[in-house]
Amino acid sequence: MRNIGVIIILFALWLLMSGIYTPMLIGLGLAASLFSLYIVRRMDAVDGARFSLQMSPIRYSGYIVWFMGEVVRANWAVTKIVLSPKMPIKQHLFLVPVTQKTELGKMLFANSITLTPGTITVRVKDDRFLVHALSFSQDDHAATADMDARVTACETEGGK
Amino acid sequence: MFVVAVIALFIAMVLVLIRLYWGPTLYDRVLAVNSFGTQTVLFIGVIGFLAGRPDFLDIALLYALINFVGTIVILKYFRYRAIGDVHQTPTEEETGK
Amino acid sequence: MTVIETIVEILSWFFMVSGSIFVLIGAIGTLRFPDFWSRLHAVSITESAGMILLIIGMCLQAGPTLITVKLLLIGIFLFLTGPTSTHAVADAALVTGLRPPESEGLKAEKLDEDDNG
Repeated sequence: MRNIGVIIILFALWLLMSGIYTPMLIGLGLAASLFSLYIVRRMDAVDGARFSLQMSPIRYSGYIVWFMGEVVRANWAVTKIVLSPKMPIKQHLFLVPVTQKTELGKMLFANSITLTPGTITVRVKDDRFLVHALSFSQDDHAATADMDARVTACETEGGK
Repeated sequence: MFVVAVIALFIAMVLVLIRLYWGPTLYDRVLAVNSFGTQTVLFIGVIGFLAGRPDFLDIALLYALINFVGTIVILKYFRYRAIGDVHQTPTEEETGK
Repeated sequence: MTVIETIVEILSWFFMVSGSIFVLIGAIGTLRFPDFWSRLHAVSITESAGMILLIIGMCLQAGPTLITVKLLLIGIFLFLTGPTSTHAVADAALVTGLRPPESEGLKAEKLDEDDNG
């Protein structure tokens, strides 16, 4: 069952990427999908994969919109630091508590922190992240806690 | 418009190459290579539009894949001195999963 | 029809030029910043704002074709892997003992404890 799913995804990707729909190319695509499945099975990479999506896509879309605004603001802040002659850098490493229960949620939160310029997730522990900030202020704790709550709100039930 | 983007990307790539040459530590260089790779992906895409050949995007996608795997492999090599199996269990970021 | 085309043209101009500016700023920051830990942040400007704006600009220019799908695939891939490689570099640097110069807030033993994890 899972093999069929993998083949369908790979074949759909082929159709999307090639854009030429002659019998020979579609046959080649099918052959390539089967060969990829063979290699993946040899690597034992299909075994523990769970296909359950522990995120609500609608709420995640809303999060992405909010997140883009956040990226713009953070980019502007770092741009000012780069272009100012004195470069007011105040580096700081601090720990951020994490409330997500699922691995996907933690991954999204860490990715979000890193993608906003000015903060980078350096080390992932079980329930907290070590975050490096470029121009640290006390507001950063509140900002990361806010982002944390928003990512947690996107999670649906089924997390372990 | 594409000309503007191509020139900007080219200048940015040269600047990052200077950092790659200067970089005091290994990690500065890895970071510069990674950034250079991202810029190259965008550069190839924009060049494809400029030349009117959007097929270049396939190359850009391939380059993005290779760039990511390459960065992870370099870091793994310098940490464990081996690219294949390591005795110590690597963390998730290093295997790229 | 031509009005919509003009609007799309202006928008894609805006996105492409601002994306180019952000890529340039990221490169300048990579060159100017004094140490490794601050350079990480400069690189992430290129990888977030510059990449997203340039991809959106190219998507607008391509229109609703298969090219846009490919561009979005590249964008999503970079969106996911860019932070991952930045994090991998930062983590590797922390493991080998490269410390931020001004990390007063966190004691050395705290960091060492984290290294064992």
